[in-house]
Amino acid sequence: MLLRHTTAKEIDRKALTINPAKTCQPVGAMYAALGFHGCLPHSHGSQGCCSYHRSALSRHFREPIMAGTSSFSEGSSVFGGQANLVQAIDVMFTVYNPEIIAIHTTCLSETIGDDMTAIIAKAKEDGHIPEGKNVIYCNTPSYVGTHVTGYSNMVASFVKNFATPTPKKRNVVNLVAGWMEPSDNAEIKRLASVMEARTILFPDMSGVLDAPLNGHYKMYPDGGTSLTDMKLSGDSKFTIGLGPTTTADACIKMENKCKIKFEVLDIPIGFKATDRFLMTLSRHANLPIPEKLSDERGQLIDLIADSAKYLYGKRVALWGDPDTLVPLTEFLVSMDMKPVYIVTGTQSPYFNDRMAEILKDIPEAKFMSGERADMFRMHQWIKQQGVDLLIGNTYGKYIARDEDIPFVRFGFPITDRPGHNYFAKTGYQGAANLVKQIMDAILDKIDRTCPEEKVEFQF
Amino acid sequence: MANTLIDDLKLDKFAEEVIKAYPKKVAKKRAKSIVVNDPDAIPVIQANVRTIPGIITQRGCTYAGCKGVVLGPTRDIVNITHGPIGCGFYSWLTRRNQTRADKPEMDNFIPYCFSTDMQDSNIVFGGEEKLKQAIREAHELFHPKGIAIFSTCPVGLIGDDVHRVARQMKEEFPEVNIFGFSCEGYRGVSQSAGHHIANNGLYKNLIGRNDNPKRKYKYAVNVLGEYNIGGDAFVIEDLFERIGVDLIATMSGNSTLEQFETAHTADFSLVMCHRSINYVAEMLETSFGIPWAKANFIGAEATAKTLRKVGQYFGDQELIERIEKVIDEEMVAVKAAVDSAREKTTGKTAMLFVGGSRAHHYQELFDELGMTTLTAGYEFGHRDDYEGRRVIPTIQIDADSRNIEEITVYPDATRYKPRKTEEELAKLKEEFDIEFNEYKGLMTDMKKGTLVIDDLSHFEMEKLIELYKPDVFCAGIKEKYVVQKMGIPLKQLHNYDNGGPYAGFAGAINFYKDIEMISCSTIFKQMKAPWENEELVEAEYVFN
Repeated sequence: MLLRHTTAKEIDRKALTINPAKTCQPVGAMYAALGFHGCLPHSHGSQGCCSYHRSALSRHFREPIMAGTSSFSEGSSVFGGQANLVQAIDVMFTVYNPEIIAIHTTCLSETIGDDMTAIIAKAKEDGHIPEGKNVIYCNTPSYVGTHVTGYSNMVASFVKNFATPTPKKRNVVNLVAGWMEPSDNAEIKRLASVMEARTILFPDMSGVLDAPLNGHYKMYPDGGTSLTDMKLSGDSKFTIGLGPTTTADACIKMENKCKIKFEVLDIPIGFKATDRFLMTLSRHANLPIPEKLSDERGQLIDLIADSAKYLYGKRVALWGDPDTLVPLTEFLVSMDMKPVYIVTGTQSPYFNDRMAEILKDIPEAKFMSGERADMFRMHQWIKQQGVDLLIGNTYGKYIARDEDIPFVRFGFPITDRPGHNYFAKTGYQGAANLVKQIMDAILDKIDRTCPEEKVEFQF
Repeated sequence: MANTLIDDLKLDKFAEEVIKAYPKKVAKKRAKSIVVNDPDAIPVIQANVRTIPGIITQRGCTYAGCKGVVLGPTRDIVNITHGPIGCGFYSWLTRRNQTRADKPEMDNFIPYCFSTDMQDSNIVFGGEEKLKQAIREAHELFHPKGIAIFSTCPVGLIGDDVHRVARQMKEEFPEVNIFGFSCEGYRGVSQSAGHHIANNGLYKNLIGRNDNPKRKYKYAVNVLGEYNIGGDAFVIEDLFERIGVDLIATMSGNSTLEQFETAHTADFSLVMCHRSINYVAEMLETSFGIPWAKANFIGAEATAKTLRKVGQYFGDQELIERIEKVIDEEMVAVKAAVDSAREKTTGKTAMLFVGGSRAHHYQELFDELGMTTLTAGYEFGHRDDYEGRRVIPTIQIDADSRNIEEITVYPDATRYKPRKTEEELAKLKEEFDIEFNEYKGLMTDMKKGTLVIDDLSHFEMEKLIELYKPDVFCAGIKEKYVVQKMGIPLKQLHNYDNGGPYAGFAGAINFYKDIEMISCSTIFKQMKAPWENEELVEAEYVFN
């Protein structure tokens, strides 16, 4: 057994997190910054932070992940990181020539209390920020919130620094993307374009973290939300945030700065959340939802109806982030499945309230968010009473193997299977992709383990 | 032929070419870390100095070197990261240090991540109480023999004393060995500081606590600085079993706490990764009288040489014969594999930028494949790893190195027993050229005119590829997809791209096959769509 020390007996843990369903803020800030064209993320802290985040994102996306670090030494930890950051800004603009340097802090620079505004001002004063180039920052202390908090903070910082209102509003809807895959960013843009809605999506990982292999390395790939669009977003007539924990702050900042009203929705995972997204976009873009999208919805419903026998009543355990777990759980319930155990390391009232609502007809369901809502606890629940399916990041494979449970990979990080950055999980087509993966996992186990006389030619 | 290739490339122009892109001060500093090699007059290289902020480095931090590298591979210690969640998370199963706990009742905590998950209130009011409680909970849930605590950046800054906590908790749980490491990420200039801190901790808290190792054979050795990536240590364990020598401790691939505790009973230490473990090798010598010699199990010839060294050291004819028999047996398959691979690999070029020993060791395998290493360097090596230990007395100790505790050890009152007399060691050197307590570094083994670069930056890497177009580039995950976007295959030498083992004879065969596969892989020839290729092809014909 891989997780041979995990038993059904829970104790009242107060201090020890085991097998976390979360990581720290800075990696989220780094990820978010990569969704803006010409942006070089920068980690203000020890080298290890930057190295770990670049490695984690590289393993997940199998794409180049570029970022600088302030390379703190013991000296900078005592006297402050100003000298390091000023030099880093100089070196990065001289050698790597980004349009934007997007700095995030770390537990180290936050604990010593580096004043980022003052340091950036100093770099400017010393002539290290070339004309027309930008240096922005957000605070991401690792001991507050989680990776999704860091993502949210960086997206909000882009709004704060670049969205510029002019007297002339444009017939454009801003779409603020929560933590999702490049494939999902692409799918959301496709849905909007099928509706012929004019939108600005930010951040946008498509064209960045799914770049082609053609022999030419581009440090700043063609994709990502452009600086021009980011500035123009201040003139849009409405903002839709997709994922409350990762986009609500950006939406609020946009309203405060540019007087643009907003609505924050769930990430469009599953047909219900996709329905709500399309209806909201239709309303604010003042455009009908075209028949093509109704057909895509119908195809999804058809696929689910065909699969219903294998989905009905299946007990599922899930782990990941609030913004994806909420619509995912809703989707499973809408397919008559039973999500029974759900954990996220991110403390979240949104998660707690929405789960209570979504799971109200499944009395045996347990869900938990925050510290020690970890995969160890979820595994203990599974030891108490088993499940039929696991959905979550690669760390689930150890449970899946020990307990012989079908496993669908979803979330961050997925390090042991390719393709998640190419195949969306959002929209009707993404949901169909998800149903296919669930069915493959469930049917593969039946085919592998059922008695010979029960092997079926058809499902 | 190889030397002509190196001369033709004019590698000596590289430094000039790249540093002009840097700001003046940076250029001056980087120039000292980029040198043209001459094995007969080894040049001075700048190494183990601070990375320039913003330059985009391969390096990680002290915590990574201590927890991730040295202590991580031991399966029966509960390793608790004291800090915010990230550090524990990123070092959770991300290195491929495999372990094999054969029986279900044996401890194996490697698939687990333990963290105190510090929150802002712990930063403000201190985290010691939470750490104590975490240890209690770990004890209650898992009953481990050992619990190690690893400090992350904020721990040092807020003044949490992990060593005091360890002592206090040891009083609470006297049957558990509990110890801490001050391996905050900002100490030192790279992972290397973490190795040193880990070495000190191993010596202070584990080594020498158990005088009764499990023994089977007459002779016993340690293998130090071998982390069982991809199963390398399994191959090495098998070789020792077949030659009939006890392997007391591997530090730390596939290891257990007991192996550390009994390491002082071995008679010879073989050092694989000099950088990460030389401190322990030295301390075992000083305290217990166990000589060490540099070993290398990467490459078939290097493996044979290392095994022979063991035979020569113990001077036992039967052992020597067993070793020769194993080498003979293994070399049949090695020869067949290398002959087949060489048809595809001879004349190709490689670049290696990785770790603190791998950039040296893997050149053996490329040599065996008939490939030329054009340039190499370490992420976190010191000058002695490049130039040889002879330069240690001349290395200036800077502020960053001074931060790391330097422990002085003395001969153990009762257990110090020189395994060989000075005369015997001198004779072994004279007769078999075995150098004790010595590492000659990477530069002696690299050809004249090759480039040696310490702490390669992203910019320098791009330039190397653009200017010299190697057939394979060896580095890690952060470089992997950058290099491959340029159409050059990258072989990861930290995680072997899920390949390996690469150690020993069996490992060499795996490596030959993997490099042959890379050389023959056709996908990089498909980067251009046919309609994009037309003009290019015509142009080529004209010039040909």
